[in-house]
Amino acid sequence: MSVTPPVTASTLLRVDGLRTEFTTDQGPVTPVDGVGFTVAAGETLCLVGESGSGKSVSALSIMGLLAGNGRVTEGSVMFEGQDLAGLPEPELRRIRGHAIAMIFQEPMTSLNPVLTIGDQLAETMILHLGLTKAEARQRAIELLEKVGIPRAGAVVDDHPHRLSGGMRQRVMIAMALSCRPKLIIADEPTTALDVTIQAQILRLMRELSAETGTATIFITHDLGVVAEMADRVAVMYAGQVVEETDVYTLFDQPKHPYTVALLKSIPHITTPAGDRLTPISGSVPSLLHLPTGCRFRERCPHAMDRCATELPELRPLGGGVGEGEHSVRCWLYDETGTAVPA
Amino acid sequence: MTAVEDVGPLLQVRDLRRYYPIRKGVIARTVGQVRAVDGVSFDVYPGETVGIVGESGCGKSTTGRAVVRLEAPTAGSVLFDGTDIATLSPARMRRLRTELQMVFQDPYSSLNPQIRIGDLLAEPLIAHKRLDRAGARAKAAEMLATVGLPKLSLDRYPHELSGGMRQRVGIARALMLEPRLIVCDEPVSALDVSIQAQVLNLLKDLQGEFGLTYVFISHGLGAIKYISDRIVVMYLGKVMETATTAEIFARPRHPYTEILLDAYPEPDPRLRDRERIIVEGDVPSPANPPPGCVFHTRCPYAQDICRAEAPPLNAAGGARHQVACHFPLAQEAS
Ligand SMILES: Nc1ncnc2c1ncn2[C@@H]1O[C@H](COP(=O)(O)OP(=O)(O)OP(=O)(O)O)[C@@H](O)[C@H]1O
Ligand SMILES: Nc1ncnc2c1ncn2[C@@H]1O[C@H](COP(=O)(O)OP(=O)(O)OP(=O)(O)O)[C@@H](O)[C@H]1O
Ligand code: SF4
Ligand SMILES: [Mg+2]
Ligand SMILES: [Mg+2]
Repeated sequence: MSVTPPVTASTLLRVDGLRTEFTTDQGPVTPVDGVGFTVAAGETLCLVGESGSGKSVSALSIMGLLAGNGRVTEGSVMFEGQDLAGLPEPELRRIRGHAIAMIFQEPMTSLNPVLTIGDQLAETMILHLGLTKAEARQRAIELLEKVGIPRAGAVVDDHPHRLSGGMRQRVMIAMALSCRPKLIIADEPTTALDVTIQAQILRLMRELSAETGTATIFITHDLGVVAEMADRVAVMYAGQVVEETDVYTLFDQPKHPYTVALLKSIPHITTPAGDRLTPISGSVPSLLHLPTGCRFRERCPHAMDRCATELPELRPLGGGVGEGEHSVRCWLYDETGTAVPA
Repeated sequence: MTAVEDVGPLLQVRDLRRYYPIRKGVIARTVGQVRAVDGVSFDVYPGETVGIVGESGCGKSTTGRAVVRLEAPTAGSVLFDGTDIATLSPARMRRLRTELQMVFQDPYSSLNPQIRIGDLLAEPLIAHKRLDRAGARAKAAEMLATVGLPKLSLDRYPHELSGGMRQRVGIARALMLEPRLIVCDEPVSALDVSIQAQVLNLLKDLQGEFGLTYVFISHGLGAIKYISDRIVVMYLGKVMETATTAEIFARPRHPYTEILLDAYPEPDPRLRDRERIIVEGDVPSPANPPPGCVFHTRCPYAQDICRAEAPPLNAAGGARHQVACHFPLAQEAS
C-alpha cells in the first residue's frame, strides 16, 4: 500500500516548465514544452503518455543525454537543491553515474556486447565507488543474486547475448542499483517483454525500491503498469504534463478531459461483457501542426472558446500551492483551481 | 454476438502444424526445426469472434496465416465451410480467396506506399470480381464511409494518413471482397492507446452489419476480452485451453491461463496488492520444446507425468470448454 509522502523536505527532484527543442530539416521542433512534476525521496512517479508525447525526451533532458541536435531551452531540473539543467557536462556525468541511474527499454542498446556481465557491472563500481577489482566482482555477483538471476556466479562471466530479454533487463536493474543511486529513471523497462516476464520485473522493481528506498521515475504508455507501480502519476499529452496527482486520485477522480477519456477508452478485464468502450475522437496532433491554445482541444468534448486562444497552465486544484497535490492543465478549472461551471 | 450453435462451424482447424527449418552454413543445411505451430485444433462458428491469445512467439500469427492460407501448413487440416484449404490447389484457392481475408498488425508496412488509397481498395475488386475501374472506385468510396474515413482519403497515399486511419484502410481493404472470415492479427497493437477503442468498436459494428466471422489475434487480454465470444489460449505452439470468454476469465482450468490472467496489469491500483501467482523462468524455445507438457518447466503444479507425457486437449466441464492439462484447476470460481 502506498501513501502520498509528505510534501516539502523529502522532495528529491523537481522539474519545472521544462522545454526541449531539436533542430531538424523541417525547422525546430519542441517535443517537450511544459513538463513539470516532483519526485519525493523513495517514491515512484509514473510518467505516462502515448507514443511521441515526449516521455523519453523528458527523461533524456533530465539526464543531460539529449542527442546533438537537442537542447533544453527553458525550465529547471532541481535535484537535491541543484539545477541540473545548467550544469557542465563533467559534473552531470558524475551525478549520472552515481546519484541518478537510467534503465532503457531495450537493454541490448546499453549493454556492451563484448564485455562480460561482471566486467560491465564492475566498471562503474570501480569508477564511482572506488572498489578494487575483486571487491567489485564479489558485489556484482551479489547484485545479480539480488535481482533474481539464477546461477549468478556463472552468469557473471557470460556475455549479454547469452541471456533472455527478461534476464538482460534484470542485469540492467542490477547495473542501475550498483552505485546505490537516489533516483532511477526507467524508460519503458518492460514494454519489450512478455506479460508473465513483465510481472516478474515489476514485482522485482517494487521490492527493490521498498528495500533500498530508491526513488523511481517509471516511464510507460500502459495505464495498467501505472496502476501497478505508481505512487504519483504525471500524465503527458503532446509534450506537456496535463495532470499530476497520486495514483488513487488519478484513477478515481481524474480531472483532465484527456485522462478521463483515456480511462474510458481502454478495455479492462473487469469490464462487464457487453459494455461498449468510449473512444476518443480524432488523433494525437503532429508536433509540426499543434493546435493553438490547449493541445487537446480538437478532441475534447468540453472545449470552450478560451481553449482555442489561450494555452492553460499546469495549476494545482483548489487554489493550493504546495507540491504533492493534484495539478491540472485545463480551462475547466479557473485560476483559483476551482471547477468552472459549465 | 453469440454463435448459432446448430449450424456447425464455419472453420475447423485440426491438428495444424507448421514447422520452419533452421538452416546453417553456406549450403543452408537443415539442422533442426522451429515448431511454430505444433498440433493446434479449434472451431469457429459463423458470426462469432474467436480470440487467440498467448505470449510472443507462441504461434498466433503462424496459425492466422495458415487459416487464410497465406502459408501452407506442414500438416493438419483447415476446413473452411467443409473444404480443406490446407491442401487446396492454387487455382481453387484463388476462388476461395475472396472469402478469407486478413488484417495485419502494422498498418504502415502492410499498405503499399506507392498506391493511392482508392486504387488500393479498388484493385482486388477489379482482379477478383471483374468490376470496371469506375465501378470499383465507387465501391471503394462507399467502403471508406463505412469504416468512417472521409471521402477525400480516396486520393491520398498511405503515409498521409494517421496510424488509426491507416488501420481503417486495412480493414476496408479486407472488407472489399465481402469475405466471410477475417483474421485480424494484432489489429490495434501498433496504434496509439487513445485510438485503439475506435478500431475495436469499428470491428464490432462491422461484424453486426455484415455478419462477419473473426479470428482475433492479440497478446492484450483487455482487447481480447472485449471483442471475443470464445478464446483460444496458446503456449509454445499448442492450445492450452479453449472456452467461452466468460468461462476463461471466471473459471480458468489451465495453470497457464490462470498465470496469464494474474500477470495482466489491470488498470486499477486497488488490485495491485492482490494475491497472484507469478511464475519464474522464461518461455522455452520452440526449436527445442520441453518433453511432456510444454508448460511443465514453469508450472507450479507439475508432477512426474507432466514431464513425461503431453496432455491431450480434453473436454473440461462442457464440450466447448477444453483444457490440455493432467491436473486441471478446480472448477469452482477462482
Ligand atoms: N533527436 C531528435 N530530433 C528530432 N526530433 C526528435 C528527436 N528525438 C525525439 N524527437 C521527437 O520528439 C517527439 C517525442 O519523442 P519521445 O521519444 O520523447 O516520445 P515518447 O513519449 O518517449 O514516445 P514512445 O512511447 O514512442 O517512446 C517525437 O515526435 C520524436 O520524433
Ligand atoms: N518464416 C519463419 N521462419 C522461421 N521461423 C519463423 C517464421 N515465422 C515464425 N517463426 C517462428 O515461429 C514461432 C512462432 O511465431 P509467430 O510469429 O507465429 O508467433 P506469435 O505468437 O505471432 O508472436 P508475436 O506475439 O511476437 O507476434 C517463433 O519462434 C518465430 O520465431
Ligand atoms: S499438465 Fe502439468 S505442467 Fe502442464 S499445466 Fe498442467 S499441471 Fe502444469
Ligand atoms: Mg519513449
Ligand atoms: Mg504475431
